[in-house]
Amino acid sequence: MTTLTKASRRDFLKIAGSSVGGLVIGFSWFSCDSPKMEVLSTEEILSQAKSFNSYLSISPSGDVVIYSPNPELGQNIKTSFPMVVAEELDADWEKVRVLQANLDTEKYDRQLTGGSGAMPHSWERLRKAGATAKFVLVAAAAKAWNVNASEITVEKGIISHKGSGKSGHFGEFVAEAATMTAPEEVTLKDKKDFKIIGTSVKNVDSKEMYTGKPMYGLDFYREGMLHAMIQRAPFGMKIKAVDDSAARGVSGVKDVVTFGTSVAVVGESTWPLLKAKKLLRIDYEPDGAVESTADHDRIFADLMLNGKPDVKRKDGNFDAAFKGAAQVVTAEYQCPFIAHSPMEPENFFAHVKGDKVELIGPTQTPDRARQATAQLLGIPLENITVEITRLGGGFGRRLRADYVEEAVEVSRAMNAPVKVTWSREDELTGGAYRPAVRYRFEAGLDASGNMIAYKLRGVGMNAGNCTRENNFPSGAVANVLIESIEHKSSITTNAWRAPITNFLAYAEQSFLDEVALAAGKDPVQFRLDLLQQAKTSPVGGELGYDVDRMIGVVKAAAEKSNWGKDPNVKQGFSVYYSHRSYVAQVADIAMEGGTPVLKKVTAVTDCGMVVNPIGANHQVRGGIVDGMGHAMYGNLTFENGVPKQKNFDSYRLIRMKEVPEIDTHFLDTGFDPTGLGEPALPPTGGAIANAIFSATGRRLRSQPFIEQKEFSDIKLEIRRA
Amino acid sequence: MANYNLKINGKSHTVDVDDDTPLLWVLRDNLGLVGTKFSCGIAQCGACTVHINGNATFSCLTPVSSIGNAEVLTIEGLSEEGDHPVQKAWAEVDVAQCGYCQAGQIMTAVALLKSNPNPNMEEIDNAMNRNICRCGTYHKIREAVALAAKTK
Repeated sequence: MTTLTKASRRDFLKIAGSSVGGLVIGFSWFSCDSPKMEVLSTEEILSQAKSFNSYLSISPSGDVVIYSPNPELGQNIKTSFPMVVAEELDADWEKVRVLQANLDTEKYDRQLTGGSGAMPHSWERLRKAGATAKFVLVAAAAKAWNVNASEITVEKGIISHKGSGKSGHFGEFVAEAATMTAPEEVTLKDKKDFKIIGTSVKNVDSKEMYTGKPMYGLDFYREGMLHAMIQRAPFGMKIKAVDDSAARGVSGVKDVVTFGTSVAVVGESTWPLLKAKKLLRIDYEPDGAVESTADHDRIFADLMLNGKPDVKRKDGNFDAAFKGAAQVVTAEYQCPFIAHSPMEPENFFAHVKGDKVELIGPTQTPDRARQATAQLLGIPLENITVEITRLGGGFGRRLRADYVEEAVEVSRAMNAPVKVTWSREDELTGGAYRPAVRYRFEAGLDASGNMIAYKLRGVGMNAGNCTRENNFPSGAVANVLIESIEHKSSITTNAWRAPITNFLAYAEQSFLDEVALAAGKDPVQFRLDLLQQAKTSPVGGELGYDVDRMIGVVKAAAEKSNWGKDPNVKQGFSVYYSHRSYVAQVADIAMEGGTPVLKKVTAVTDCGMVVNPIGANHQVRGGIVDGMGHAMYGNLTFENGVPKQKNFDSYRLIRMKEVPEIDTHFLDTGFDPTGLGEPALPPTGGAIANAIFSATGRRLRSQPFIEQKEFSDIKLEIRRA
Repeated sequence: MANYNLKINGKSHTVDVDDDTPLLWVLRDNLGLVGTKFSCGIAQCGACTVHINGNATFSCLTPVSSIGNAEVLTIEGLSEEGDHPVQKAWAEVDVAQCGYCQAGQIMTAVALLKSNPNPNMEEIDNAMNRNICRCGTYHKIREAVALAAKTK
């Protein structure tokens, strides 16, 4: 048994009776670093109290309901979080129901989906909520039976006392439990006693999804609601004149509304708007830099040479070591802008009623949606309610509130409830992209092939710091210089699944293979040697990664993939740490009749304890498919502030026939669970590029691979076992 | 605008819409059958897949005027309780992540198994290649189609 350090009663729990005689426990699901907990009255708790964003209720019939406040977009925490609560509660999973809670209007600490941060932030709180509920239920049973609580056992929602032969289900004790005070300390289970955590539990929303129930934002309809679609200006342009006569002539179009750099067509259904939008005649004029990809190429080249870098990390003296090196390796890598392309296009419902606003739709950050609305209308936050629907994917795009603001603008202008729907063309041309980035790497080796100097200079378009300066190989090299340069582009950017690392990992892991080759070392051994260096005599200050855990996944991936054992299989290795988890991957290519065939990707993940294996597998395989698809095909190029790729006919997403076998493994390192929505994606591009090099001798230094001249005569086939 | 009498999921529906209105928007905006999804609108992704006379069809590019007396089947009409063998296989394999594309995937799979009850893996891949899943659940889709073929 693990006893927690003493927690203040104010820390997070409040127990109360419910109006139907059940037990209600309010707790803060997403509190970050400083839990703000308050003791509240029963009334406050039952009226969706302010400080708590989640509730666990147990009814007199023994049904357990957990209100989940987090946006669900496929990362599956709507299933895995309740598993954690149910585990400590020793509930019968069959009697647990999960409901989506809405954003209330005050004091939410962390109600967002992003950064793979939900599970690490919530793990202990969820456990405490379950353990506390169990504690008071057991205490209530002990009182009713007049026995010692320590002699009571709980299994699958049944409370039993062996000595007296008495037993009963949770519901029989909720009334009494609701009168009790939350304990100051709760005892959590030993992980070896887990019965639900670590088992594969299927998605709680399966049936609704597979029968076509309305769940997503785009499925929301209300009587009297208007629809709107919007034409946005090219990047760097503003509206000079609008001729909407043809658009207004489409039957079903009610109005055309211009705001900012956008023109909205409004009507009673969607199809007329799709037609009318194409008939808008809008003259634009420059309002800043109107950029094309050719401009970006020039800017990148100039800044890489002449830009003023922000030095992110400096260990030793790179310049001196590089000059004195026995051998040097340099290379440049680049990646394009790409879009998020969630299958459900952006959409939101807004109803502005005077100084009050009702918002309903898919968002990763309900809080930001509310703040943006408050700012736009100049009204207090508490005048705005947000109802969260299921999200048809997010990948970071729905961290933005631009489409929420649009719905608010049109609803205000029309004085009516409005749903704004984006077309796929809107989604691909509407901005908030993964930024385009270029990297220049320089490495110096001593006469024995040891890397003694390492420099990374990154130039990004609205990418902020486009390096991860405290990541590997920092700490493993005596002389390190990490620099970042940002160009403020008119093309808007945003977090994209595994921000920065979704490309940096590929560039770095491919470059390290180039260095290993120059050093005459096996790529895996080369990395292990560096990690050994970081372990025994770490260089410089703070390191972002745990060296032992990284060594662990490197060794396990080499073993699981039979690294270097089969001369007919050409392999590529990659390892990356991001979002608190470690993932190593090996891509296998076999040459068949002169054609490289991508057969398999082996992945070893250390995300601490795996809560739900079926869900964890999903995240790792999905991350690899995503990483592979975008490395192979993803590309947005611009002409005068407008992307040339406007739909899935020219913007290619990976399909069924293009994914190889994926073999996933998880290391149980005893750590608490960390996030998994992102970490499997970054290593994939590097593993595949390195395997392609191993098989063909072609080094792919740009994404998307399929468009590179080095790839032009390679016929990569993908085949699964 | 014109009146169209459509046979959808075994029931008759009359809608008053423009001739060129795609079936997708008739289902969603006029009939409240929102299980059929909008995603690309140009017949590239398969999220809008329905059956017309048993054939998997992209409803986003199918004008209502072209349907006539044909039988339309949507995800809502596949079963009352979600117990069609393909739906059951999807639940058993736990296919979905975000789930948005899955109704279309299921409709494509049902049509495949109708025309080819025992597809091999290559045939499954070929048939399902017309549907995009942005979450990358392809391995599970494949597994679920194979399971449905075995258990139907």
